[in-house]
Amino acid sequence: MYVKNGYLELEELGERMPSKERLEQGPVAVLECIQPIPCNPCQEACARKAIQPFQSINDTPVINMDLCNGCGNCISVCPGLAIFVVWKNYREQHGLIKLPYELLPIPEEGETVSLMDRKGEMIGSGKVVKVQQTKHNPKSRIIWVEIPKELVMEVRHIIRSKQDDK
Amino acid sequence: MRIDCDVLIIGGGPAGLCAAKTLCNTGLKVLMLERDPFLGGQLVKQTHLFFGSKEQYAGTRGFEIGKLLTEEVTSASNVTVMLETTASGFYLEENFILALEKEKILHQVHFKKVIVATGASEKSLLFEGNDLPGIYGAGAVQTLMNLYGVLPGQDIVMVGSGNIGLIVSYQLLQAGVKVKAIIEAAPVVGGYFVHAAKVRRMGIPIYTQTTIKRAIGQSKLEKIETICLDANWQMVPGTEKTMTCDTLCLAVGLAPMSELLWQFQCDMQYVSELGGYVAKRDSHMQTTHPGVFIAGDVSGVEEASSAMLEGTIAGLSAAASLHQSPESADQLMKASLDFLEGMHLGPIGEKIRSGLSKVEVKSCM
Repeated sequence: MYVKNGYLELEELGERMPSKERLEQGPVAVLECIQPIPCNPCQEACARKAIQPFQSINDTPVINMDLCNGCGNCISVCPGLAIFVVWKNYREQHGLIKLPYELLPIPEEGETVSLMDRKGEMIGSGKVVKVQQTKHNPKSRIIWVEIPKELVMEVRHIIRSKQDDK
Repeated sequence: MRIDCDVLIIGGGPAGLCAAKTLCNTGLKVLMLERDPFLGGQLVKQTHLFFGSKEQYAGTRGFEIGKLLTEEVTSASNVTVMLETTASGFYLEENFILALEKEKILHQVHFKKVIVATGASEKSLLFEGNDLPGIYGAGAVQTLMNLYGVLPGQDIVMVGSGNIGLIVSYQLLQAGVKVKAIIEAAPVVGGYFVHAAKVRRMGIPIYTQTTIKRAIGQSKLEKIETICLDANWQMVPGTEKTMTCDTLCLAVGLAPMSELLWQFQCDMQYVSELGGYVAKRDSHMQTTHPGVFIAGDVSGVEEASSAMLEGTIAGLSAAASLHQSPESADQLMKASLDFLEGMHLGPIGEKIRSGLSKVEVKSCM
């Protein structure tokens, strides 16, 4: 349970997780926010109105995955750093994850990084393909990482390799 | 020296600043006392993005909110700010606040209405060796790190998984410090899950039902001994574990700094859900001492977003009681009361709702 462990098991996400079919279709936002807390910036950030309007500020976000195109606007407004975009069929062999990143030094494009799951366990390595700076939140970054396809619903953080530290 | 004002605001944190903001350009003579050399209170060291809704600056970093509010308040011609000035006592018969400026100049501050927004102070924890150098409150660590750029240590254990414990752990990681573990006496994580998830995926374990038994070290902290707790919060012998660390950070809650409110002889009540002794108040933040309003953590420990709303409400109430309300005051009051109520509605707000039900009185007007 997330309240005991501090991390989500995939089953706890339940229907909030994109279906197998949806994952095949293209990039989509995954909102790992299942505890009702008073917070709502994500619903206003979505230009396509995929994130459904809240009735109360304590609502947890619900996304219409048919409307979501995985643009990632919601990632940079989420104070909980709880939104990711996954793109299973980014390339033939590889998937892609866009994740929020607030550490220094900022990874560089082309760099190989270690992939961490929700528990903080290292589960593989990936390649940074883009480092995105947003107008809304210019001091942090959204990192696009090319990862093994089967890990798109597992990878939630990256760690730079020590020798790359400048 | 004698100073006269219409509204005295004690404390320049998020609550006091929002109270002052509502009073800008009302024509009222407003005086704000702040003991630190800068305004912003706890906002100055909050480097994380704020929660809430956009009216409370959600998605903006706390210190940026502090800057925005400070600019607004200090640019208003009817607001005077005295920094490094402590409200050290209230004299009931003469009806003035004694304020000490820069530790040497005493002022008698006379006022028509006062808003007490003094905030809260950190609680500590009783255990063997808790006075060893290297043991800090989480607020102190945050101040050292985010305000003065000083690392408190290299190898840290955090006690407490409330939002402060989780956020400060994350900020320590951002500063490059090794966080060994977060320990939590309760069976569940205390703070928002999303804050816990951020540190978990960076590899930091959270041990629930675990507390600190003792701190060990010759002249400074070298290691700690933890112990597991059973369902009745009793230590389970034989479950002790040792962890080496040079810093222990205590994030075990805050207590309202309500000393002045005792001196005002407000009706006070101990409410554990709100962190300690708080003054009874009506929904418009007026205490049982007419003309004395409260806002922020001193009225019950909560998030900065609530403090900002309470500050707005207290400021509007003070202005209304002097018949000098700002433009569209009624709308702003209604919106702020609704927002505050909304924030308390969810399951996270349950504790606060329970606490407030013990101190809210009908109308103090």
